[in-house]
Amino acid sequence: MSTTTGTPPGVGRDDLERLTEHWEEPRSLRAWFTTVDHKKIGRRYLVTAGFFFALAGLGALTMRTQLARPEAEVLSPQEYNQLFTMHGTAMIFLFATPMLFGFGNFLVPLMIGSRDMAFPRLNAFGYWVFLFAGLFMWASLPFGAAPNNGWFAYAPLNDVRNNPGLHMDVYALGLLFLGISTTAGAINFIVTALKLRAPGMSLNRVPLFVWAIVATAFMVIFALPALNTDNALLFLDRRFGAHFFDPSHGGNVLLWQHLFWIFGHPDVYIIVMPALGIVSAVLPAFTRRGVVGYPLIVLAIVAISIISFGVWVHHMFATGLPQLSYSFFSAASTIITIPSGIQIFAWLATMLLGRLVLRAPLLFVIGFIVTFVLGGFTGAMFALTAFDQQVTDSYFVVAHFHYVLVGGAVFPILAGIYYWLPKMTGRMYHEGLARWAFWLFFTGMHVTFFPMHLYGLFGMPRRVYTYRGDLGWNGWNLVSTIGAYLLAVSLLLVLIGVVHAVRRGRPAPADPWDGDSLEWSTASPPEPYNFPVIPQVHSLHPAWDERTVESTSSGATEDRILSHGRRTLFTSELDARPERAVRMPEPTFKPLVLAGALLVFFVAMLLAWYPVAVAAVAAVAATVAAWLWPTRRPDEELGVAS
Amino acid sequence: MKTTVETRSRSARRQRRPRAVLPLLSGLLLLAGCSGDSPSALNPAGTGAARINGLWWLLFWISVVVFVEVMALLAWALVFRRGAARVRHGQPLRFVTIAGAAIPFVILVAVYGVGLRDLAALGAGPGRDALTVEVTGHKWWWEVRYPDASGATANEIHIPVGERVKVRLRTADVLHSFWVPQLMPKTDLIAGETRETWLEARKAGSYRGQCAEYCGTQHAHMAFLVVAQSRAEFDAWLARLDAPARAPRTDAERRGQQAFVQGTCAACHSIRGTGAQGRVGPDLSNVGSRWSIGAGAVPNDAGHLGGWIANSQTVKPGNAMPPQPVDAARLPDLIAYLRSLE
Repeated sequence: MSTTTGTPPGVGRDDLERLTEHWEEPRSLRAWFTTVDHKKIGRRYLVTAGFFFALAGLGALTMRTQLARPEAEVLSPQEYNQLFTMHGTAMIFLFATPMLFGFGNFLVPLMIGSRDMAFPRLNAFGYWVFLFAGLFMWASLPFGAAPNNGWFAYAPLNDVRNNPGLHMDVYALGLLFLGISTTAGAINFIVTALKLRAPGMSLNRVPLFVWAIVATAFMVIFALPALNTDNALLFLDRRFGAHFFDPSHGGNVLLWQHLFWIFGHPDVYIIVMPALGIVSAVLPAFTRRGVVGYPLIVLAIVAISIISFGVWVHHMFATGLPQLSYSFFSAASTIITIPSGIQIFAWLATMLLGRLVLRAPLLFVIGFIVTFVLGGFTGAMFALTAFDQQVTDSYFVVAHFHYVLVGGAVFPILAGIYYWLPKMTGRMYHEGLARWAFWLFFTGMHVTFFPMHLYGLFGMPRRVYTYRGDLGWNGWNLVSTIGAYLLAVSLLLVLIGVVHAVRRGRPAPADPWDGDSLEWSTASPPEPYNFPVIPQVHSLHPAWDERTVESTSSGATEDRILSHGRRTLFTSELDARPERAVRMPEPTFKPLVLAGALLVFFVAMLLAWYPVAVAAVAAVAATVAAWLWPTRRPDEELGVAS
Repeated sequence: MKTTVETRSRSARRQRRPRAVLPLLSGLLLLAGCSGDSPSALNPAGTGAARINGLWWLLFWISVVVFVEVMALLAWALVFRRGAARVRHGQPLRFVTIAGAAIPFVILVAVYGVGLRDLAALGAGPGRDALTVEVTGHKWWWEVRYPDASGATANEIHIPVGERVKVRLRTADVLHSFWVPQLMPKTDLIAGETRETWLEARKAGSYRGQCAEYCGTQHAHMAFLVVAQSRAEFDAWLARLDAPARAPRTDAERRGQQAFVQGTCAACHSIRGTGAQGRVGPDLSNVGSRWSIGAGAVPNDAGHLGGWIANSQTVKPGNAMPPQPVDAARLPDLIAYLRSLE
């Protein structure tokens, strides 16, 4: 698969053989289940999230078919309500974040010049948990027991009296289960980016994509506990008769909303931020220069990650809270658009100064700018309480967040897929097919979602399974449905493009784009150990920097080859000064076993098989103990930590 | 969008201009046709909605100007920097800071000020002695009461035109949201609490409202109508809401009343002045004059009423009313009686 020809200078053949021996995993079924390679795990994240995206997308297509004309009977109201809930829940939790974590998993170690993530086994565990939690939630749909209360699941419609059956138990347990994966992934990104950067990659040389992933990871760690608390309380209410959200017993229904949106608004940025990172990563290759205003963009990323925790009440502008608190949250929600404005103009400036190479990834970036800017305008409108009260919960807000999330996340994700496909698969994609996909996707996106602004303003509420034909909404709804089918065709073309590349694509060179970051200095696809020589980084654009390139060839030194054992380099947090070589873990079944035991636990809790749940907890404890049990290192590795 | 010329206010007429300047929009408009009576926020008939309409057009035009500017920069890059002879390596931080932060900041502060003004205006409710309507949300209908009248109605709120009317909002079950786009933006109904909003219609007419907070299976069919009428008409209407329901006049109506009171209907529904005092479903004392059946599910006519009584689950699946074992011979009487209740 590899396209590197011959042995790179600077590293001997015997070093390469040793590296291969220590890092390569055999092609066997066993290796498939035990892998801890971040590249394989990253690809699995992408494929699995893509699969859940397809399911959620087909759900949306069915809903748009139901809404194509008034009073249609394609779906029953119960079916529609489960579908719109699963659409939102899956797109947010099972597609957007895992997809971007997939990019992060594949790219962060490559971009920072490391041989793996800081905790490879935790990484494998995070993937298995994500897979199992996603299947756990989707499996409820064929049984007619899927969550049916909207992705934000307001109380008291989520309680057992108003919503009997397993629907909301699946929701609460599924999200708690998934939260384990997201939290583990976030911790891993933070430690990886702080400790495993190649020597010389001080904080001011960290790629913007990595900055975005780390800021996102911090947001996950601070935001997710609120959601987990919310769902734990909900499950206690539903199953064990607690009354946290029951006003007739002193509970409070707005408590659910506060906790949900303390998580939920940062989550919008948890989704968009890494995608903006992709934009910053893609632009240099296709403008032939670095992104303008690196420090400004880093500041914007950090500012967003902090301010986003102070805007949640704008999701509650119609709940009748005091006006004074509205004016505060309105101000914060207004201000948070500014860091995004800085990034947009930094990218525009980059394009205005560089030399544009109009390949598919850049097309998707341009589509992103057009779409995301429109979503930003309506976003600023929603910051104004009075206007928000008129259009919230109407199709106008549906239009808004699809502009933000399709514009701000899906366009960059598609740009990223085409950009890094050569690196991930070792194959080039078909440019013509990609262009068709872009134009159809761009057209489909706006034909679907632009009219939603209009019929939202014309009074159509969201989450209605049908509508009467005399309200002036018919034609616009039909237009949206046509757009949805265009979107489906375009995404099918993307899929065909990826499959075609993998099957028939011509072999990709190591660096097809003349990219600026370190992943382009590895083979396509990268060797299991990523870098034969861990580079010594001298600039923000290491692959364009001759001294950095030289550091892996004629300037290679033994302390950066580390071919004795499965090792990578620890460096200091701020300046990335080498600290010591660390031994990385071998492939293992433990992550899979632990995730499986958790799956048994959550299924048992869902079906109220409490003895089984107790047994599963014991299995979890035993697996964790085995995982953490200190191993006796072979003598030859004892001297490793220098 | 609107068919009735006389209801078009000056600001609503302005909405046609941007469609003319944006070819995409006007193209789509042609495609979709412009028929139908939308309960459009851009065709305001009330004080609150008119204010939001003004705010919307301000925000819209600012967005158009900024969007054109961004697109111009993008187009410039696409036209002149594609395959450009040389890459320029400057760091125009001043451009990014001014265009991306300083100018947006100034615009946003100004817009925020206007928004605060409008928020305050929406908060300035009617005085203490204003007419009050008590609205209770149920899955999936609206119960409407007036402190000055003993009766109740459903899915229909009458108000005197030109007066600021207080609306007190409660919910009997889950969250709902009270929204009349042409009159007033949303206020949520919060379980365990009471919320207040107000309505002021500037023109007589009927304005459609709909629940805007997802509330379960039949969230789609939880509409209501606000009828703004002259003070005299309103007073007469309210007086009827205080009086017993109209007595049956024909034999068929009498038989229908008997069937209603003695059958299963009375277990859930009440009709003032009769033995029917059920409190589960809507009060039906004036059901014959209402705009719809099932909170906007179907028009209120004899055919739909019969279908609803026989099996409302086919019309509005999941609603609380089970199919009724009404004798086919009795159904026309029941329909005649209910239709007579005005």
